[in-house]
Amino acid sequence: MRSPYRFAFAGIAAAALLTAGCSSGSSGGSSGGTSWSAKTSAAAGGGMSALVTAAKQEGTLNVIALPADWANYGTIIKDFEAKYGIKVNSANPTGSSQDEVNAVKQENGTSAAPDVLDIGMSVALANTSLFAPYEVSTWSSIPAAQKASDGVWVQDYGGYMSIGYDSAKFPSITSVSQLLGPQFKNAVALNGNPTQANAALIGVMMTGLASGGSADSIADGVKFFHQLKQAGNFVPVQATAATIKAGTTPVVINWDYLNTASVVGSSTWKVFVPPNAVIGGYYAQAINKQAPHPAAARLWEEFLYSQDASGGQNLWLEGGARPVEQQVMTTNSSINTTAASALPAVSGTPVFLTATQATSASTYLAANWAAAVK
Amino acid sequence: MQAGRRPLVSRSQLAWTGTLPFLGYVGVFLLLPTGIVLWDAVQSSSGGFDFGAVSTLWSSSTRSFFVNSAELSAITSVIGALLGAVLAYAVATGNPDGLIRRLYLAGSGVLAQFGGVTLAFAFLITIGPTSGLLLHAGWFYDFPQGIGLIYIYFQIPLMVLVFLPAVDGLKAQWREATETLGGSAWQFWRYVGGPLLAPAFLGAVLLLFANALSAYATIVAWENQISYVVPQQIGTALSSEVGLSSVNQADVLALGMIVLVAIVMTGYTLLQRRTARWLR
Repeated sequence: MRSPYRFAFAGIAAAALLTAGCSSGSSGGSSGGTSWSAKTSAAAGGGMSALVTAAKQEGTLNVIALPADWANYGTIIKDFEAKYGIKVNSANPTGSSQDEVNAVKQENGTSAAPDVLDIGMSVALANTSLFAPYEVSTWSSIPAAQKASDGVWVQDYGGYMSIGYDSAKFPSITSVSQLLGPQFKNAVALNGNPTQANAALIGVMMTGLASGGSADSIADGVKFFHQLKQAGNFVPVQATAATIKAGTTPVVINWDYLNTASVVGSSTWKVFVPPNAVIGGYYAQAINKQAPHPAAARLWEEFLYSQDASGGQNLWLEGGARPVEQQVMTTNSSINTTAASALPAVSGTPVFLTATQATSASTYLAANWAAAVK
Repeated sequence: MQAGRRPLVSRSQLAWTGTLPFLGYVGVFLLLPTGIVLWDAVQSSSGGFDFGAVSTLWSSSTRSFFVNSAELSAITSVIGALLGAVLAYAVATGNPDGLIRRLYLAGSGVLAQFGGVTLAFAFLITIGPTSGLLLHAGWFYDFPQGIGLIYIYFQIPLMVLVFLPAVDGLKAQWREATETLGGSAWQFWRYVGGPLLAPAFLGAVLLLFANALSAYATIVAWENQISYVVPQQIGTALSSEVGLSSVNQADVLALGMIVLVAIVMTGYTLLQRRTARWLR
């Protein structure tokens, strides 16, 4: 996911050194007579109750790069632990998607390797050989375009790029170009470095779309940030709840589910999704092929994609993120309507980057970003 | 020792074994990682030798990271060393058992380790452009002024810590001898104090340079959205989730940093050889 301050590589190196010393032969996935590491659905392994039994026997689940205030993950982890009595080890909560994949490569074969990943699409598509195919029970509720046909990755939740701002300091924001005005001096921040973090890249793309550009080129977005910098409105510091409270970053361009008053911790925080630049993005789930806890990993996925009132899909929704099964759940009335109506208003046709568009955007950023905002 | 009989292990051999833990430590934590970086930097993704990645060190975009790193490290190490040396001298000339000295040493010990998000945030709420309580410094987000000021904040106390022993070694009698012979304060520093402290001072500047060169968490918190220096770019090469990650590129950048430190070390050795001539 994102990575505000990346002690990640030091952490991974240290963890790799530590775990290399105490590499336990992982259970190999054979618990209760069934090897779950090769099972592609709960039914294939003997049904949900067999999966629950096997997962409880493993007793532990390793997750990585899940910040507690990101899409309600703090609650999701707690609820999963309480429901199944399985301990969740949460490693490197602020790591990036790439950090997650690096951890899989470096720690596989040890009991500390991540079991499940929550990653951006470009990282997911580049590393499918590391993932185990799996179809959750609610597989048919997930739109075909949002999952790999064999289930090596499945999109989980998403949102739209938004502008969050302190309504006590600024008038209501109704367009992106407003941010270039003098009242926004030293005010506007992104969530991360767009050459590193997907949320920041989409943020730049959003400003490009708002300035009349297309998703095929991020150049207009880079130009917008160049103007923002020239105007003295760009803030390069890492935006956190603390910098927002202190007033250092009173305007943050970020996913709408991270730009809510509750996540930010400020009651005057408002969120705006520009109607002429609606750009969305979904993260994806993947199971590590060599997961040290294969049954717990699969049970975690079942929990995340469950349509129960207290299941993962509704929990994400309560965190402000849009779960991938939202449409089906709205039809079959399993959705938490209160949480659904609290989502920021979005009008216009949303844009989703294709793999080609994403690659061309990052290539352009690598060459032009630093110079544009220096 | 009985005549004609050699001991099984000579004294010098025994003395050597004493260095084994040190050599082992240096081997595992310095030489081995350096070797891995050097080796991986010249490997292609398929396994053979490939110097293509190393040649990107000369590309203008990569060069700018090194120029920025060198600029930031040089400025903050020289300013930090000068101010720190003055402070160290002031502390050294005070009462050796006094409260002030203990206060400064304890304070320096703490502040030299102050860094990362907390340090960047402390500066933001003190002199940040919109949130500063003391003043609203509009230049605070500019490179290298803003981050340079933050770096100097931990460079000065580090200088006090590493330079104080050298200043303590300056005997009061030498000063008295100079004065007895009719020498001025300038002549004392020019011919006695300066040459004596020069090697220690240059060594400390080098240490401060390396300290600034490798600092990571502070600049990442301060300049989160733009990469200026090499460690930030290594971070991009390792964790970029938008398809720009390349472990090979990280190795090459690390190789460049090793070369940069090697150049500084060589310069230091040459300088020290020169100052050592005065001391003879």
